[in-house]
Amino acid sequence: MLKSPDIETNISLQKRIIWIDLLVIFLFFILILRIWYLQITKGQEYRIRSEHNRIRLREIPAYRGKIMDRNGIVLVDNKPSYNLYLIPEEIEKPDALIKRLSHIIALNIEQAKKSLLHMKRTCAFKPVCVKRELSFDEVAKIEANKLLLPGVVIRVEGKRNYIYGKLASHILGYISWNRRGTVGIEYKWDKFLSGTHGGMQIEVDATGRMVRLISKRAPVAGDNVYLTIDKRLQQKAEHLLQDKTGAIVAVNPKDGEVLAMVSSPSFDPNRFVEGIDQKTWEKIVNSKNHPLQNRAINGLYPPGSTFKVVVALAGLQEGLINPDTVFTCTGKFPYGNRIFKCWKKNGHGNVNLHKAIKESCDIYFYNVGKMLGAEKIAHYAKMFGLGQKTGIDIGNERKGLVPTPEWKFKRFGIPWQGGETLSFAIGQSFLLVTPLQMAVLYSAFFNGGILYKPTITKLIKRSDGSIVYEFKPRVKSKLHINKKHIDEIKKALIAVVNEAHGTGQKARIKGITVAGKTGTVQLVEEKEEEETKIKEHAWFVGIAPAQDPKICVAAIIEHGGHGGSAAAPVVRELIKEYFKEYVGQKINSKF
Amino acid sequence: MYSATHALEKVGIKIFKRHMCWYGIGFLFFLLTLLFDYRHLNKWAYHIYFFSIFLLILVLVWGKISSGSQRWFKIGFISFQPSELAKISVAILISHIFSEMPLKKGYTLRELWKIFLFTGIPFVLILKEPDLGTALIILILSGTVTLLAGVKKSSLLILIITGLVLTPIVWTHLKDYQKKRVLTFINPNLDPLGSGYHITQSKIAIGSGMIFGKGFLKGSQSRLRFLPEQHTDFIFSVFAEERGFVGSLALIFLYCCLILRGLNIAKNSRDKFGSYLAVSISVLMFWQIFINMGMVSGILPVVGTPLLFMSYGGSSLVFTMISVGILMNIRMRRYMFNGV
Repeated sequence: MLKSPDIETNISLQKRIIWIDLLVIFLFFILILRIWYLQITKGQEYRIRSEHNRIRLREIPAYRGKIMDRNGIVLVDNKPSYNLYLIPEEIEKPDALIKRLSHIIALNIEQAKKSLLHMKRTCAFKPVCVKRELSFDEVAKIEANKLLLPGVVIRVEGKRNYIYGKLASHILGYISWNRRGTVGIEYKWDKFLSGTHGGMQIEVDATGRMVRLISKRAPVAGDNVYLTIDKRLQQKAEHLLQDKTGAIVAVNPKDGEVLAMVSSPSFDPNRFVEGIDQKTWEKIVNSKNHPLQNRAINGLYPPGSTFKVVVALAGLQEGLINPDTVFTCTGKFPYGNRIFKCWKKNGHGNVNLHKAIKESCDIYFYNVGKMLGAEKIAHYAKMFGLGQKTGIDIGNERKGLVPTPEWKFKRFGIPWQGGETLSFAIGQSFLLVTPLQMAVLYSAFFNGGILYKPTITKLIKRSDGSIVYEFKPRVKSKLHINKKHIDEIKKALIAVVNEAHGTGQKARIKGITVAGKTGTVQLVEEKEEEETKIKEHAWFVGIAPAQDPKICVAAIIEHGGHGGSAAAPVVRELIKEYFKEYVGQKINSKF
Repeated sequence: MYSATHALEKVGIKIFKRHMCWYGIGFLFFLLTLLFDYRHLNKWAYHIYFFSIFLLILVLVWGKISSGSQRWFKIGFISFQPSELAKISVAILISHIFSEMPLKKGYTLRELWKIFLFTGIPFVLILKEPDLGTALIILILSGTVTLLAGVKKSSLLILIITGLVLTPIVWTHLKDYQKKRVLTFINPNLDPLGSGYHITQSKIAIGSGMIFGKGFLKGSQSRLRFLPEQHTDFIFSVFAEERGFVGSLALIFLYCCLILRGLNIAKNSRDKFGSYLAVSISVLMFWQIFINMGMVSGILPVVGTPLLFMSYGGSSLVFTMISVGILMNIRMRRYMFNGV
């Protein structure tokens, strides 16, 4: 039953609902007034605005940061490039327009048509680039014909410029078409170098020209990167490796700064920036000599005799030998059912540690190696950072290989042979290292036993001058070795270069004590059951001056021959170059 | 709808088809809501309400965990917005509360505490999603219906003062972009790359429609994709550009009729709950429509609210259909009880 209060409620409620009726009608009326205002009062004006005046959001690309050497010499910057853009939605007849354009300037017609069509479908008011780096001539011609070319816009943009072409190409890397770094420093610091893009909101007319700037957000230029590389030294090193295949790395033994790093053959990054076509790209990538490979950190080679210092130290540390221990080298060392030979056919005679290193006697080290055993040798190799990445701050580093009996069995299913220990001891067998690892290793002998992580980045500075990152030496590990042992080996390394009968005499420099070690890697090629000898890889690692080292250079020349004759002179010339201007220069450059 | 999505090409067609699907599903729900007696809603008011609160909390938590949106659940390709359910459940609940309260000339604040509480909870939860638009709508809905029910003058005064005092507090809790939106409303040139852009484009689109519009699919602003969100919040701009003043007027007229009809159903309902429910739902729909159109034409700040029936959004459509269904339901049964 309906109760009477309910009826009363309903009536009063009904009355009040009428208020809401009125409110609704009133507000809708306001809305209609507003729409009237927009569509009728201001309709014409808005119609014009919608047809002729359009608002565009334009990206303002940021200026990519520069890359400099340690002294501030600019290696990579940007140069202006005039690029031709088409705005799809402003072009009514694409085919006709492109044809007209091709009459004025040279143009890849098919490509342009394809890109234009594609953009028209996906994002019609984003400009499409159809040609880059117009000449002034071409720019003038297009400007003159502007009225016939609606929707055509020329924009000045920065193009990455590798000022010295191939110089330090492996270190610098390059940026790809989408303006991102793909390799090297360009890749490592891409976020810093890129900066932040800005944007502006503009009104444009039918030809795409800006009528009015509505608002703008300025771009932030990228940060500048300073490398530890010395341009002059780098240039010298590249010159020394011209026409050769191999690598040179020069580091500061006291803090790990990389002063120069070259890999040959190399490439010109400018070619990649331009946008390389498929064929040329494949040619470069598949080229037999791998110009894109940075052999200094990515090339794996047996170290040869340069490894002997590790074995020598191992022997001393383990107490198996002392500096006066003598072995007799007759040129032949029978072991098992094989005869291992020394590189000197008739042998070195009686050899102690000093002589063994100086003259690089193999048989001395066969003996030491036999006493140590493969596992111990491997242990010391790893201690010196072999078989691991050095931790350098650019990518693509390989860690190399330190073999152990366990590893061999896992890998090949065959047990370790005793004879392989002998090869191991003279730096052959399965042992693989990179030139950088050797530079770091030898540095440790001369800097008190510290393995530094090599660094290529010296400084990163914001465009306003503030410092984002500053180099500090990074320690990988401290070696706990007896100073007396180190000194013995150091003395011998000095003798290699400066005493008669030393294998590294070609590295001698008047007035500077250079210490170092030669290495020659035997290579054989198996051809139809016959082993043909190929020319050996030549190694040399040099440090100067021995008393207070400022530079350590490791060089390998593929198929260069003997270390002493092919690699030692290269290192000598580089060290000479380094000290040419070093004398009198402060150690830390200021910017 | 078709025109707006046409400009979005491949993605657009998918959206259009989906929207049509939702129409179908919505219609189904519409029919379903006709089947039961709306007075069950009265009995279950609290249950529905707390269920919606539960979902609101769940979506916040779920969203936080999966770092996804905190506004809707996504199961496969179906997404469900609990805030839509919340709107209706609030409408149902306040109708229930008012219908239970004794008749008075005007209620005091103390008597209205339940309304405040039950409006406040979803308001805060939805605000946190963040969804300023829907939160405000719930607030305004509550407010309107409360005013209809009658508030004592003194209480009203206290309420207004409290509101003024609270506004700055709420302001500081708003997210930056929400604040920006309100500021831009006052001065559109403040943020031309952001929300100022939306409104400028919307006004151009609407205004350029003039009297007769540009024709179906011929809206240059939308076709050239100047208008962001054109298939959701700004769909009226597309419509106005294409159909002109004539079309806009017709659409507003249709919406007006819908609302007035709903209010009429409220008047003719035989029980208090039915009346309040019909009013609440009509008012709810009205505010959503008015706020969207007002925002799009520049007389209200941008708050991100879709336009009923037209904007793309499954949850919105389904619940709108349910709303209409409930209205029909009330109308259908106005003679149905007490054996008269």
